[in-house]
Amino acid sequence: MLRYALKRLLSLILSLAVASLVIFFVIEVAPGDPASFMLGINAQPDTVAALRAELGLDVSKTQRYLNWVGGMLTGDFGTSYTYRTSITEMIGQRLWVSLPLALYALTLSTLIAFPAGIYAAARRGKPGDMAVMGATQLGIAVPNFWFAMMLVLIFAINLRWFGAGGFVGWDKGLWAGLHSLTLPAISLALPQGAILARVMRSSLLDILGEDFMRTARAKGLSRRQALWRHGVRNALIPVLTIMGLQFSFLLAGAIIIEQVFFLPGLGRLVFQAISSRDLIVVESVVMLLVFAVILVNFLVDLAYAAVDPRLRART
Amino acid sequence: MSLLDVTNLSLSIHRAHILRDVTFSVAAGEIVAVTGESGSGKSLTAMAVMRLLPDLARLSGSVHLDGAELTDRTEPQMCAIRGRDIGMVFQEPMTALNPVKSIGDQVAETILIHKAMPRDKALERAREVLDRVGLPEDRFPLSRFPHELSGGQRQRVVIAMAIALRPKLLIADEPTTALDVTTQAQILDLLKSLVADYGMGLLMITHDLAVVADMADRIVVMRHGEVVETGATKQLLADMKHPYTRMLFEASGHTVTLPDAPAETPLLQVQNVVRDYRLPRTRLLAPPEHFRAVDNVSFTLNRGERLGLVGESGCGKSTLTRAILGLEQVQGGQILLDGKPVFSGHHADRAVRRKMQVVFQDPFGSFNPRHRVDRLVTEPFHLLDDPPRGQARRDAIAEALTAVGLKPDDARKYIHEFSGGQRQRIAIARALIIRPDLILFDEAVSALDVSVRAQILDLLADLCRSYDLTWLFISHDLSVVRTITDRVLVMKSGEIVEQGETESVFTNPQHPYTKSLIAAAPVLPDLGQLKRSLDHA
Repeated sequence: MLRYALKRLLSLILSLAVASLVIFFVIEVAPGDPASFMLGINAQPDTVAALRAELGLDVSKTQRYLNWVGGMLTGDFGTSYTYRTSITEMIGQRLWVSLPLALYALTLSTLIAFPAGIYAAARRGKPGDMAVMGATQLGIAVPNFWFAMMLVLIFAINLRWFGAGGFVGWDKGLWAGLHSLTLPAISLALPQGAILARVMRSSLLDILGEDFMRTARAKGLSRRQALWRHGVRNALIPVLTIMGLQFSFLLAGAIIIEQVFFLPGLGRLVFQAISSRDLIVVESVVMLLVFAVILVNFLVDLAYAAVDPRLRART
Repeated sequence: MSLLDVTNLSLSIHRAHILRDVTFSVAAGEIVAVTGESGSGKSLTAMAVMRLLPDLARLSGSVHLDGAELTDRTEPQMCAIRGRDIGMVFQEPMTALNPVKSIGDQVAETILIHKAMPRDKALERAREVLDRVGLPEDRFPLSRFPHELSGGQRQRVVIAMAIALRPKLLIADEPTTALDVTTQAQILDLLKSLVADYGMGLLMITHDLAVVADMADRIVVMRHGEVVETGATKQLLADMKHPYTRMLFEASGHTVTLPDAPAETPLLQVQNVVRDYRLPRTRLLAPPEHFRAVDNVSFTLNRGERLGLVGESGCGKSTLTRAILGLEQVQGGQILLDGKPVFSGHHADRAVRRKMQVVFQDPFGSFNPRHRVDRLVTEPFHLLDDPPRGQARRDAIAEALTAVGLKPDDARKYIHEFSGGQRQRIAIARALIIRPDLILFDEAVSALDVSVRAQILDLLADLCRSYDLTWLFISHDLSVVRTITDRVLVMKSGEIVEQGETESVFTNPQHPYTKSLIAAAPVLPDLGQLKRSLDHA
């Protein structure tokens, strides 16, 4: 198990190194000098040169790459071209919204998907299964911003249980923070949960047809016992894969929901940075997201091994 | 009163009648074999006794276990009986165990669901049972997972789960069909000794009459969901009353006469072939280790000769087959067909490759279900530089289908419209269509029922006369190889340990491995001898 984890870790580091190279050079070859862009077309050459020096643009590409990577390793992502503030701080603030939101949404979607998927699989072809399948069909088909608007309409405007948008900040306490993220998390979780429930159902149905389920029944386990003791764990592998993908998406893909609820998240930051050609911010956020995706994959790999002993052996 | 009494058991699923008035009994300490071909209802009879049937199944008649009626039990009551009073062993040991649970947990589970006892006590008991089925603690600790065991070892674990609570009745559904002959012999011995030790009744479902004749005290022969004949093994075999029983017996021991092989001109020459597989690195910087699947194998197959290749699973038969077909590159030696190497550069030579074709085992998996038969059988045409088109193509298809006993009209059908035996005929037609010099049969009749297998063997013998075929027949089934080949190679751990005229190898094996293979293979009893011994008694 330890060997397996170390091996995965090594591949994580290599992937990060390759990703950082690709991101840096792809963005660097894009035309346009950030310093002259920031100062406008009428800027004096010496002002531009001074700004270039200030931004660390006057050294070789390799040196700049090393500075960038070295900075990130020490937690210094550099300075935004547009806002002239520390990117670390900018990302930090946004991350404190996006990360909890993604985790919150993923937790909710799991809480919806697991029971629904298992319930439907256990009652294949019966009314309960059809109801779940119908509901998940809707959940996938309806866009999440529509859910968001409906939730705002019902729970914020009519019932006044939640605020209609904005984020109060964590300094108001954990409860208040979670409270203001609840409606966005639900709107993100509904479509994701619907997909996950379907994956859980079909994966479990595959497992229910396996020979070892028949063996379990021949031992004297009831259908239900066999499903829980032998079915669910075996069905988890595809579910974990989808969960990993969904988390990576939730981290930066929540831009529409962030917009609907006026949340200062990573999605909006990237959107603004791209619009204002703040390349170094884009670069840093993309790198951070790549890191998150690779890290999540690493964790999913570890979860696979925890679930399936065959993977532990195959180092 | 017997231990198990099945009386007038009928089963229908969705209005289809699966079983009709099935009646038989099993006494304590007795081995009763239910035999018949696929679709005869033998497995569903076992499942009906266990009441592990699909939701829509309707059951009538009675099943008495130790005097108590089972058919009117509720599902929870049946759960209490399954595993405690009736244990069951299945055909496919590779998939019968949960891959994510240790063998100790899986055996202990049988005990824990029926008996209130602490987990460590149940594990202790599981240990004893595993010892009993021949999996000692030093090599098979409870923490082992199924993927760390071979097929035979896994079947022992399944048996351990089934007998952990010493049930009165053990049902074994084709328990050795998926195993090698030597492993099969060991598992059958284990089952016999368990029946003797525990006084259990054993209801064994098998299609293999040779196994039946060797194991069972009594036989139940089934066809189309009905019992056609039943009786004590020796009496029944000595005096088979029902024509179906006689047909089964004859088909099981079916032999064919091959035309004489022509003068010796080498067609396929395999010279010192070595095939290595790279194993995953055990240490980061250490050079990768290799597994030698085929080790310095040499033989010659003459034109017109029928050569057999036998050996257990994992011995390298299939690897060698793939190498001959040019599907894999070998690491040493060379393979010549008609004097030309099969492999040139890094891929198979088309001009050489078109001289051979292959027929695989699985008549269900080896066809694309979305293509019609005409497209399926003409697949080998892609090897030709100028494949026949239009009328010539239609004629070739019609000829190939007719040669294997199908109709030219079948060309427009899809593969799901055919039975297993017909599909195997189509596979043979696909191999014949470009008139290859050599055909490789890779376990080509292993998945077929005995009666169908007999027909396919007859077809091969006929084709041999009309087409001058040369073949390499790869099989684990010794009785088939014995009748369908002139010469045989015996393979073990990647090496050819013995080769010679088929009949002389079988009657007078030289290598100890060949001897053990032949000794382990179950054989049909000699009926004349059986009758004489009964008359004396």
